[in-house]
Parts: sequence; structure tokens; C-alpha cells
Amino acid sequence: MTVEAREARQPWILLSPALATIALLLFVPLLFIVVYSFWLRTATGADQVGFHLDNWREALTDPFYRDILLSTLRIAAITTLLCAVMGYPAAYFIARSRGNKMLLLLLLMLPFWISYIIRTMSWINILGVSGAINSTLIALGVITEPIQMLYNETTVILGLVHFLLPFMVLNVYVSLEGIDETLEDAACSLGATRWNSFLEVTLPLSLPGLAAGGLLCFVLAAGTYITPLVLGGPTDAMFANLVFEAIITQLDWPLGSALSLMLLAVLGVLVLVYNHFLGMAQLMKGLG
Amino acid sequence: MGWSLVRLWAVLVYVFLFLPVAVVVLLSFNASQFGSFPMTGVSLRWFVELANNDAILRAFRTSLLLGALTALISTTLGVLASVALVRYKVPGSNLISTVLIAPILVPEVVLAVALLLFLNFLSIPKSFPLLLMGHVIFTLPFVVLVVQARLVGIRRDMEEAAMSLGASPIQTFFEITLPLLAPAVFAGMLFAFTISFDDITGTMFWKPGGVETVPTQIFAMLRNSISPEINALGTVMILLTVGLPLVGLAIARQMAARRGG
Repeated sequence: MTVEAREARQPWILLSPALATIALLLFVPLLFIVVYSFWLRTATGADQVGFHLDNWREALTDPFYRDILLSTLRIAAITTLLCAVMGYPAAYFIARSRGNKMLLLLLLMLPFWISYIIRTMSWINILGVSGAINSTLIALGVITEPIQMLYNETTVILGLVHFLLPFMVLNVYVSLEGIDETLEDAACSLGATRWNSFLEVTLPLSLPGLAAGGLLCFVLAAGTYITPLVLGGPTDAMFANLVFEAIITQLDWPLGSALSLMLLAVLGVLVLVYNHFLGMAQLMKGLG
Repeated sequence: MGWSLVRLWAVLVYVFLFLPVAVVVLLSFNASQFGSFPMTGVSLRWFVELANNDAILRAFRTSLLLGALTALISTTLGVLASVALVRYKVPGSNLISTVLIAPILVPEVVLAVALLLFLNFLSIPKSFPLLLMGHVIFTLPFVVLVVQARLVGIRRDMEEAAMSLGASPIQTFFEITLPLLAPAVFAGMLFAFTISFDDITGTMFWKPGGVETVPTQIFAMLRNSISPEINALGTVMILLTVGLPLVGLAIARQMAARRGG
């Protein structure tokens, strides 16, 4: 074998374990559940192999699934919007601050290291019946009976925003950091007000970061089932809760496959649209 | 005026992010027997109860073993792939990069369902190996991203020097490249460990009945009642998952400094 041929083969030898793992544990399983979604779970618990459209008919036409899918998308959209509104000014502050930028960034990274379940359940200590707010109000004599603040859609959104906000701030920060600060000064020296130069120069240039953060927030919010289980009430199930129910509780795996694929299709379309307009590079910047 | 408003906003955002977590830590030292407000005094009783709770200790052992094995496998796969992508001209490297990060582009619930059903079809039931495979697949992209970012900064001339002095490619890898890579490998392992240690979304699908990791144990405890031990467990987890990376960061920095000096 020539030196060139060996040179050309080496990277493939290095890549093959990772690529094989992903093919075997992700791509093949995804193809498998496509097939599985056309099987039927019978009353005896055995799967009836074949090409049945029953699961898909149920998943696509039952208004129960449609309503929960729509409310999941609505919750994800509200969460994303709140993350953007709360996160953008914070990211702007970090990007433009002097001196303590490293500390601010380190603090921003900390939530990523704190367990999702701990951060989610931490709100029970704040909003619960014997939580910080109720006990303070009772101690002050404002109320005599604790107010029930938990276990509704608002607390689900609160938990999601708390979980996803760092993703947004980080992505916006990364894109703001890449903008030449003198551009704003130039706009000002040409007669624009600070606010105008922000609106006309900085904001448009930071949109890719905002979009990357938004995509992450939306996809992660729309795929969650733990937050509704911890902070939501019995009627606050999101689409992933239906998947969990079908697979773990009802053991209807073919139906669970169809529901999973529905979720994948809806969120996959978003990722593809994003990829078409902005490419994956921006997303990688924020994650890496 | 505008700037101080932005600053106030940023401060509020940080308070929003950290206040609930700070309350968890605060309450874990609460002496009150209900573990909730009002605080009646400072005590370590919940940590003592934690240390005597067999279920929690078992969950800790499971999580540590799972995290360590995940870190080892995922980092090995990730480092090899990153070296290939950064050091060689690979045709179609864009597509390969996308494939490598595909596990985070697929919602974790979907990934969890697909893996569970496929491996069950292959007669691999819910088990520790299934958990391990699941954790490897969804930590791999993060390792690749972190290691690649570090790798780009390492110069190639040392390897070329070693080769021109007669070292074989394998010798060069183990004696030159790997030591230079150490901080990247270390960062990748730490990242994989933390993500695995924290995971609940996939773990709930893959774990066999009776086996709990720390997050699923916390979840199970939440379902029963808000036991004050949860706050203590939360504090321990925060110490572990925040403390470890900070120590890791310090070590990595020292390693880099020694090399540079």
C-alpha cells in the first residue's frame, strides 16, 4: 500500500467506531420504529407484524393527540419568547461589560452543571404550599391560608424558562461577542441615537444567535415530559408525556413509535428550516 | 440611563437563575422536621439521614458507575473521531460532523424510544447495558464538540518533528499527540460524566424496574411526598456536579500552564 493510500485510510479508521455507534444506536433504531409504527399491539400483548395504518390513523386524527400537540407547541413558543425577552438584555450586558466578564460567563455556565431535576423541583420550595412565598405571606399576616400556586401550565412554563434561559443567553452572547463594537459608535457618530444604532446595527447582526438560541429552547421545551410531571397538574401533559404513557405505562409500543415519529417530524421540520436559512455552524458555536 | 436598566435586568436574570437553587441549599441545612419554611435552625440531620438511606446510596453507586463508564467509552469514541476531523482532510467532513452531532438534533424522548424498542427487538431488555448504550449515544456529540474545539488550538509541528526524527505514527500518537490532547480528553470525560450523571429524560425509559439513578431517585421521592432529604440530596449533587468541573478546570489550567512554562 502506498503512503498516500495509508494516509487516506487513517481518518476512516479513527472515525469508524463513532460512526458505527451512531448508525447502530441511532439511525437503525429510528428506521426500526418507522417499521414498528405499522405493527399492531394486540390484546394479548404480542405484536402483530404487518402493514397496519391503525396507529397512524389514531395519532393523526384523534383530537386528543392533536390538542396536546398544539398546546405543546404553544407552551414551547411562549417559553422561547420569554427566554428571548429575558435573555437578550442579559447577554448584551455580559458582552458589553468590562472587567468582570469572565465571572459573569462562569456564573452563566453554572446552571448547565446543576441537575435539571434539582432545578425543576427547586420551584416547589419557592411556590409550594409551605414554600418561601406562602410562608412569608402568612408570617406577614397578608394571608391565613396558603395559596395554591403550583401544578398548572404557568408553573410548567416557569420551570421550562428557568431550565432553558442559559441556552438562550449563551447563544445570543456568542453572536454579540462577534460584532465589532465600533460599528455602534460609527452609527452614533453619523447621528443615530444609541437606541437607534442598537436597533439598526447590533440587533440585526445578532439575529443568528437569537435564532440559534430560539431553536434550542423550542426543541428542548417541546420534547420535555419531566417538567410537566414535576410542576404541572393532571391536565398539563405535553406531547412527550403521551409518548411516555404509551411506551412505559400502556406498553403500546407500536402506537408509541407513531407518536414519537410525529414529534420527530414536527421538530425535525423546524431544524431543517433553520438549517436551510442559517446553517448548523451558528448552533455549534453556541454549544461548543 | 439605558445601560443601568440593562444592568438591573441582567442582575434580575441571574437572581432568577440562582435563587431557587440557593433555597434548595439553604433548606437542606434546615433543622425543622418538615424541612420547609420557616427555618428553625441549622442542622446536618438531613445529610445524616441521606447517608443512612440505602436506596439513595444505591442510586449514587449506579449513577457513578454509569457516568464513569459513559465518560470512558464516549470520550474514546469522540477523541478518535475528532482527531480524524481536525487532523485530516476527510471528504464529506461536513456531512460527517452533522452525523456525529445527530443524537442531539433528535429529541431525546424519540432517541430513547427508538433505542429501547430496537434493542428489545434484539432481545436486549431494559438493563444496565442498555442504559450505558443510551448514555454513550447522547453524550457523544457533546464530547465531539468540546474535544474538537480544544483540538483546533494544538499545533501540528511537534508531531511532524517527531515523525521526521523517525517515530512511527503510533509512537507519535502516544508520546506526542496524546499528552498534548490530555486537557481536551479530560474536558470531554468531565462533560460526558456530568451529562450522564444528570440525565433523567432517557434514563426513565431505559432503566430496569428497581434500578434508580440519582435523578430518577429524586423524581421517585418527589412523587411520594416532598421529603426534606431531597434538598440535602440536591445540595450533594450540586456540590458534585459544580465542584467537579471547577476542580477539573483548575487541573486542566495547571496542566496547560506547566506545558506552556
